[in-house]
Amino acid sequence: MSEWRFERPPELPLPQPTEEAQPFFEALKERRLVVQCCTDCGALQHPPRAMCGSCQSMTFHWEEMSGKGCVYSYVVTHQAVHPALVGYTPLATVEVALAEGPHVTSNLVDVPPEAVTIGTPVEVVFDEVAAGVVLPLFRRISN
Amino acid sequence: MTAFSNAVAIVGVGETDYSRASGRTELALSLQAIRAALDDAGIEPREVDGLMKWWVDTSTEAEVAANLGIRDLAWWGEVNQAGNVGAPLVAHAAAAIHAGLAKVVVIYRGVNGRSGRRYGRGDVTGQGGRSGGAFTEPHGLLTPQHGLAMVARRRMHETGITSRHFGMQAVAQRRHANRNPRATFYDRTLSLEEHQASRLIVDPFHLFDCCLETDGGGALVLASADRARELGRPIVLIRAAAQSGPGVGSPAARGAKRLFDMARIGRGDVDVIQIYDHFGPFVLFALEDYGFVDDAASLVDEGGTDFDSDRLPVNTAGGHLSEAYLQGINHLIEATRQVRGESTAQVSNVRFSFCDTGIGTGSVILERGES
Repeated sequence: MSEWRFERPPELPLPQPTEEAQPFFEALKERRLVVQCCTDCGALQHPPRAMCGSCQSMTFHWEEMSGKGCVYSYVVTHQAVHPALVGYTPLATVEVALAEGPHVTSNLVDVPPEAVTIGTPVEVVFDEVAAGVVLPLFRRISN
Repeated sequence: MTAFSNAVAIVGVGETDYSRASGRTELALSLQAIRAALDDAGIEPREVDGLMKWWVDTSTEAEVAANLGIRDLAWWGEVNQAGNVGAPLVAHAAAAIHAGLAKVVVIYRGVNGRSGRRYGRGDVTGQGGRSGGAFTEPHGLLTPQHGLAMVARRRMHETGITSRHFGMQAVAQRRHANRNPRATFYDRTLSLEEHQASRLIVDPFHLFDCCLETDGGGALVLASADRARELGRPIVLIRAAAQSGPGVGSPAARGAKRLFDMARIGRGDVDVIQIYDHFGPFVLFALEDYGFVDDAASLVDEGGTDFDSDRLPVNTAGGHLSEAYLQGINHLIEATRQVRGESTAQVSNVRFSFCDTGIGTGSVILERGES
């Protein structure tokens, strides 16, 4: 039985981050998954914002995540509702709840769309999908 | 009475034909709908002194005013977000009339949603990886249906509600559309088996969980309750209206508290319900979040949302799934017709008619008034 591997539709949009989101994508190039952290109250927020939603501070640093979490929800695209999806359906997209709390959108590299389930424990892997563009993907881990 | 409760009325409603290719501009669709609504009210176009529209609508108030021959536009405005702002517009217009800023306000929506911009297409409504899309679109979340399917899948996991329940609601609405000659699916029935066998668009959404794509227009005319009594039509009072934006927890639950506090009635007093169904499953989620039922799955399993069920009739013109996708204005029109006794799937003896236009973003309660 051949092992199933995720094949990312190459024409999907690449991230065009705003200035405040840049550090997230810069860290990915160094194979680190980071989340915006309020320096005053310690709250994590993702996606990043200009102001801390908890204490309204505007001073932040970037906290490295363990990269571990579990599948919180998922969808499977069957109809190619975007030109990039033609020939690449079904395509599963997952929402991962990181162990530290924040949720990130991603894909599972080793679980076929029909086998994705909520609660599956996962950890981050880094995939250079284009020159200088690294995305955080996830693979299944044992409990 | 609090705020504008029962001081303002919906005095006219109107719509165009619904089609896949209108052959008209969006402005022409809005104007045609406005003329129908003003005829319905018995009000001359030049009496209109207020105009409000969906922020996403392409026909400016200035263009509409010029076409209507308005001599003195005293009040205009828009509510920003997406399609989900119909009831918020009613709230804004009613507040303006109650405050004396305008006397006759028209709310309009005209859109070529099938032959023009198709909201379900990621290359139309996507962000090209920019803004918040930087975090989602590279992974294949590209359209409104993607984000909402993610929410729906989680809710299925948490509550045990299934695609079959979603299908039951789609079938109930189709049955309503089969009585409504304006409806896109007037002459096409739908069975639960057909719903379940329909192709998956974005799992868990099957084809018949998704709204239509429609070319068309709709309009409402609002005026004071005193003006309504002069017009000789059945009186439809705005008993309550509420908005609900970002915050903690369900927008519908937060909005419901404001709405029912203003209305000073209970959930059980509501006779008929319209709920924004961009995706049918959200009708069932909203029924729970607004507090109408604890378990919407049981309600649809027992046929409780059918117009003749004596329970909670929902989307009695067919809704976005089976009548037309006019971003909630068709729900507001149907909510009004139910109060007047003019629906094609009329619920008996309606006093209170509830309408949500965005799964919490906004909602109204209309009441039958005494002439």
